[in-house]
Amino acid sequence: MPKKLSIIYDRTRWEEKALIKAARRKRISTNLIDGKNICLNISGKYDSETYGDIILQRCISYFRGLHISAVLERKGLPVVNSFNTSLICGNKLFTSLALENAGVPTPKTYVTFTSEAALEALEKIGYPAVVKPVVGSWGRLVSPVRDRATAEAILEHREQMNNALLQIHYIQEMVERPPRDIRTIVVGDEVAVSVYRSAPAGAWRTNVALGATTIPCPTSSQLEDIVLRAARAVGGGVLAVDAMESPNGPVVHEVNSTIEFRGASTATGVNIASKIIDYVIKTSKK
Amino acid sequence: MKCKCPECDGEITIPKDAVEGEIVTCPDCGLEYELTFDKDGKCNLKTAEVVGEDWGE
Ligand SMILES: [Zn+2]
Repeated sequence: MPKKLSIIYDRTRWEEKALIKAARRKRISTNLIDGKNICLNISGKYDSETYGDIILQRCISYFRGLHISAVLERKGLPVVNSFNTSLICGNKLFTSLALENAGVPTPKTYVTFTSEAALEALEKIGYPAVVKPVVGSWGRLVSPVRDRATAEAILEHREQMNNALLQIHYIQEMVERPPRDIRTIVVGDEVAVSVYRSAPAGAWRTNVALGATTIPCPTSSQLEDIVLRAARAVGGGVLAVDAMESPNGPVVHEVNSTIEFRGASTATGVNIASKIIDYVIKTSKK
Repeated sequence: MKCKCPECDGEITIPKDAVEGEIVTCPDCGLEYELTFDKDGKCNLKTAEVVGEDWGE
């Protein structure tokens, strides 16, 4: 019986269009579901009529996607990525813990819940350091902290923002690295592609959403080993593992779950969307 | 296909390969809209959601 695929989205980006195109080319019946308008009855029956045999959850909103996955997975429908993987990758602290536990090289990290404790952690890590929110992406509110005065200003600012998530201070050492990082797209047990992402001149963050440029990067066996272990550590699936080139080798600082791969696809010519669809269909047969 | 901007009445060109849920921007006023289609294929524009703090990869 041919498989039916559902893609749950909240915005149709370049990536979603590429995924839809790849699925249609493989003659997989594809159903698009707007996650914003979804109405889920937790005691309802979920058949493949409405949701297909396999669900690719692609919401940009972490919390919305996570809650949708929670219901559908619990109702017995296979979801990519899994609820557990999405949960871990959407939170920088949970990701760091998973990496640390699996012995994957990752930057020194502290978590604190008050400004005073944050300043203490910064003294332990040493300046410069990085303060990040545990949830959120595209480099938003990620601040390099060069000295104690900057730290006090940033922390005071966060305290004044009436937002529970910003009261969790995720504090990380600033790894000595070239002004670029390496993004590796992992699909299941395989590396699809690695790319360098360079920060625009004068900038510091390497998010493509902030204008970083992307060029192909050879995947060394050392890098491959580390990124595959990182992917496994967070529960596996379709992931983007971001690593920095420290003097002691690659250090993984982030694993992303609802991945953006336009830059990596365009820079390398690799059809990442096609690889993702193959993996998703394989997963539905398990 | 063309659509009228609900805000300024400007003309928004909808690309041929446009997909449900795609974001289009009005060239006149710069507002962003989410594209949806009727059963008969007519396009509708809905004001796009603003970026949430939990948005990203
Ligand atoms: Zn307009």
